[in-house]
Amino acid sequence: MQRRVIFDNKLLPYLLLAPQVAVTLVFFIWPAAQAIWQSVHIQDAFGLRSEFVWFENFEVILRDPNYIETLKTTAIFSVSVTVLSLGVALLLAVLADSKIKGARAYKTLLIWPYALAPAVAAVLWMFIFNPEIGSLGQLLNRLGLDWDYRLNGTQAMIMVILAASWKQVAYNFIFFLAGLQAIPRSVMEAASIDGAGPVRRFWTITFPLLSPTTFFLLVVDMVYAFFETFGTIHALTHGGPGKSTETLIFRVYQDGVVNNDLGASSAQSVILMVIVIALTAVQFRFVERKVHYA
Amino acid sequence: MATVDIRNVRKSYGPVEAIKGIDVAVQDGEFLVLLGPSGCGKSTLLRMVAGLEGITGGEIAIGGRVVNGLDPKDRDIAMVFQNYALYPHMSVFDNMAYGLKIRGIPKPEIQSRVAKAAEILELGRFLDRRPSQLSGGQRQRVAMGRAIVREPSAFLFDEPLSNLDAKLRTQMRVEIKRLQDRLGITSLYVTHDQVEAMTLADRILVMNHGVAEQIGTPLEVYQRPASLFVAGFIGSPPMNVLDGRIDPAGAAIAMPGGAVLPLAAPRAADAGRAVKLGIRPEHLALTAADAPGASSIQVELVEALGADTVVYGRLPDGESLVVRMAGLPACREGDRLTVAPQPGALHLFDADGGRRLAEA
Repeated sequence: MQRRVIFDNKLLPYLLLAPQVAVTLVFFIWPAAQAIWQSVHIQDAFGLRSEFVWFENFEVILRDPNYIETLKTTAIFSVSVTVLSLGVALLLAVLADSKIKGARAYKTLLIWPYALAPAVAAVLWMFIFNPEIGSLGQLLNRLGLDWDYRLNGTQAMIMVILAASWKQVAYNFIFFLAGLQAIPRSVMEAASIDGAGPVRRFWTITFPLLSPTTFFLLVVDMVYAFFETFGTIHALTHGGPGKSTETLIFRVYQDGVVNNDLGASSAQSVILMVIVIALTAVQFRFVERKVHYA
Repeated sequence: MATVDIRNVRKSYGPVEAIKGIDVAVQDGEFLVLLGPSGCGKSTLLRMVAGLEGITGGEIAIGGRVVNGLDPKDRDIAMVFQNYALYPHMSVFDNMAYGLKIRGIPKPEIQSRVAKAAEILELGRFLDRRPSQLSGGQRQRVAMGRAIVREPSAFLFDEPLSNLDAKLRTQMRVEIKRLQDRLGITSLYVTHDQVEAMTLADRILVMNHGVAEQIGTPLEVYQRPASLFVAGFIGSPPMNVLDGRIDPAGAAIAMPGGAVLPLAAPRAADAGRAVKLGIRPEHLALTAADAPGASSIQVELVEALGADTVVYGRLPDGESLVVRMAGLPACREGDRLTVAPQPGALHLFDADGGRRLAEA
């Protein structure tokens, strides 16, 4: 049911909307417009003159094999983070939903990582995986594995994926747990009387009923992996060694802030923006459709 | 088809004992209703039969096989839940076929069993729909269909009609009765509704505080309630309960208000004993002031139900008395009426324990 509020004063609705509109204008529309403007210009090294070049920046980027490599890195990183954090969170939520002693404490503890700043979380993982002082790093080396994420790109990738996923597990966990608790107990009981064991109950009843939650989290986690993992990567590996953990968002920062190539950086921002708009559109379509079964 | 034997079954939650030793043997094909107020343990008992609750003490056997340690799926029972518990993401067909698929029944047989159940329950048109696209009554029928197709040893019903409106409830009640007569499957049915219990049951088990107050046919439970609790729970409006004392000769009961009710059969053994006297409202009739056992009441409220009339009155000593008379009201508030119990319609209970006194 839709409810429509009727305002007597014609001005009031606009006044009430103004703060949100202002925030959106200042922090999104304006910078986004600037990014688009800069993405079609090339500046000289001192930032004194700029020249309108149409889509040359985009052409250069998309022809750059390094950029394609970064795209691949981002894809691997994002898919891994999403799958890992969704999978682990679902497992933990299912365990937390069953009757166990101290479930409350367990649930509270699981939510903690979400409250940590990315940089703090990264330092924490560094202390674990550092080959000289990290407990797990030392152990891996003692076991004969040549562990040093500062030299080995694959190992660096594994570490940033772990660190980034770890933070997102907490978020996913809350949603999955809420989703699980919304499934009526009697439905599960009916399934067990119908003859389904725990594993089959999970795959034929629980998992399908969780699908709206799962889809929502899938989109949120993808966006997280794309954009919000900058801090984690920056603190852990700086995109290295080489460019092995350089994702799109990290490269935007490298090219724009470090290398001062504003045109290229802006063009990349625009590409990223298109990706996020596409992802958001998918999400909105889904939320709007409001898939609920009961 | 099978018998269900419940032998001295107990259930404790920590120090709290919810079921305090229930014994009942349900015959093959029998319809047993577990009746009682909420919190009396009737649902718990049913869930113990289903295997959804552990059994603290005693034994439950289905078809002669003790099932205490078995999972619900190995007990060969089907259950209908109060909130239907349909699988919301599956079509009506899949809801009914789910249990059959799990048991590895071949597809053609699943098709034919579901089709048959759908025909019995008039669900044929809805097989492709989701539960959310059905009305409450239709969902209830799907839940029953899911139980029927399994062809189990026993049906368990957990207040299946209490989410339906009054009209639908009556209609579904008749359908359940017809279905059970037709299929002849042993059924345990939990309800707090005495009308459902009276109309559906072959036997009723009246429960209170985890104890079986009485097990008997609906008419036994109505005509010879084993305790004050049963007497008050069965019948609407409930039975009048008054204090009385059997006179020294054991031939009549002296009421505090002065009336003397003669007993149909003398009870010399109970002479002088304080009793609780139960009289059903429908067993009181208007009478002449000098008739034996007559009491005068002041009418406080008259409920005209059409087919009959319920009169709420007060005896001279202040006790209230409800009288149910056939037909339209013949009195008004404030009137004085003289009523007397029909011969042989008195129920005598122990004034202390509330148990029914043995017949003289």
